Amino acid sequence: MSTETQALQEVKKESLFSKKNKKLVTDPLSDNNPITIQVLGICSALAITVQIQQALMMSLSVIFVLIGANVIVSMMRKIIPDRIRIIVQLIVVASLVIIVNEFLKAYAPDISERLSVFVGLIITNCIIMGRLEAFALGNKPGPAMMDAIGNGMGYAWILLVVAVVREIFGSGYINLEGLGLTKIQIFPQAFYEMGYMNNNLMILPPMALVVVGIIIWIQRSRNKALIEDH
Amino acid sequence: MEYINILIKGIFIENMIFAYFLGMCSYLAVSKTVKTANGLGLAVIFVLCITIPLNYLLENYVLKEGALSWLSPDYASIDLSFLSFIMFIGVIASIVQLVEMVVERFAPALYGALGIFLPLIAVNCSILGGALFMQQRQYNDALEATSFALGSGIGWWLAIVAIAAIREKIRYSNVPAPLRGLGITFIITGLMGIAFMSFMGIDF
Repeated sequence: MSTETQALQEVKKESLFSKKNKKLVTDPLSDNNPITIQVLGICSALAITVQIQQALMMSLSVIFVLIGANVIVSMMRKIIPDRIRIIVQLIVVASLVIIVNEFLKAYAPDISERLSVFVGLIITNCIIMGRLEAFALGNKPGPAMMDAIGNGMGYAWILLVVAVVREIFGSGYINLEGLGLTKIQIFPQAFYEMGYMNNNLMILPPMALVVVGIIIWIQRSRNKALIEDH
Repeated sequence: MEYINILIKGIFIENMIFAYFLGMCSYLAVSKTVKTANGLGLAVIFVLCITIPLNYLLENYVLKEGALSWLSPDYASIDLSFLSFIMFIGVIASIVQLVEMVVERFAPALYGALGIFLPLIAVNCSILGGALFMQQRQYNDALEATSFALGSGIGWWLAIVAIAAIREKIRYSNVPAPLRGLGITFIITGLMGIAFMSFMGIDF
């Protein structure tokens, strides 16, 4: 954490799109992914990946809150007293989540209903708290924003992959009705007539864990440096 | 009987970890040994049992639509429920701080066991998740909310102690290298979740 901070102090005068800033965005996509490597924000990642539309809305909400919170906390980093910083961060995040929740209720009531408590749980999403603690408190708003975008995207792609796998194999179609689009049938009807059945296990919560486990497996067998010893 | 029903439901059927994945971050991070897992689990039970009844009172006497009518009938149309996120998290964060200080002062032995875990708990999803489920499910009285808190706390404790015990043993098995640590923990948790699903439908 501290090395990260020091390294970034040197880039102060560089532009927002310098190499180091670009690295802030690309790193969390693979080698420093918030879900599979940093193990943050698992709770929501697993619970709302039954359908792609939910996962998409959830990722957008998290990216919005993450960028907002990272920039705001980074701007206030010099005036936040160290002892009560957790409460201050929580309040900043909670206010942003309230905005998201009211917005979803107004414009996507169907999805908001399905996400139920998990919109509120963005407040305690560890990605947000983790990035605030590890990055925003020690860096300027520009890099903090880049870091937020990177981590948000890293979170989003895992969510979407898990959701695609679970929805295609679990229900056999992709339902985008909540976003104003149609339902897309993936497997043709002939498959079902030949005896193909949807794997209902995929819709149940435990399979989310197994799918993420398999993503971790693939990622680590491709990059040996990430392997843990127990 | 209703209370026992809610309790059993919280522990086995609507288990915080296996059914809703709440508090997964600390569940994965602190489950390397049974001893620390036990400490964190107890701290979660403790904090849930304090914050959920408090948030229940807050919800029913301040935030809900018409909840303020005990002050004066004119307030019957006020609906403050959009504030619930910020109020709940405020209560949780300050109660955790308070509990930490009280425990440190009056029960040093307990502080020794739970102390380091308490600050972690303010950002544990299971605590805020418990409060939000309590709000969504509309329990009839504070005692029902408390038994829900106790049930989901015990369920969480059970889950983290069980996975910690498994992880201690699995150290001696030959897990494929890329799966070691995090990967296998995810898959085992999934299998445990499937096992816990067999409790579904139990009713007293």
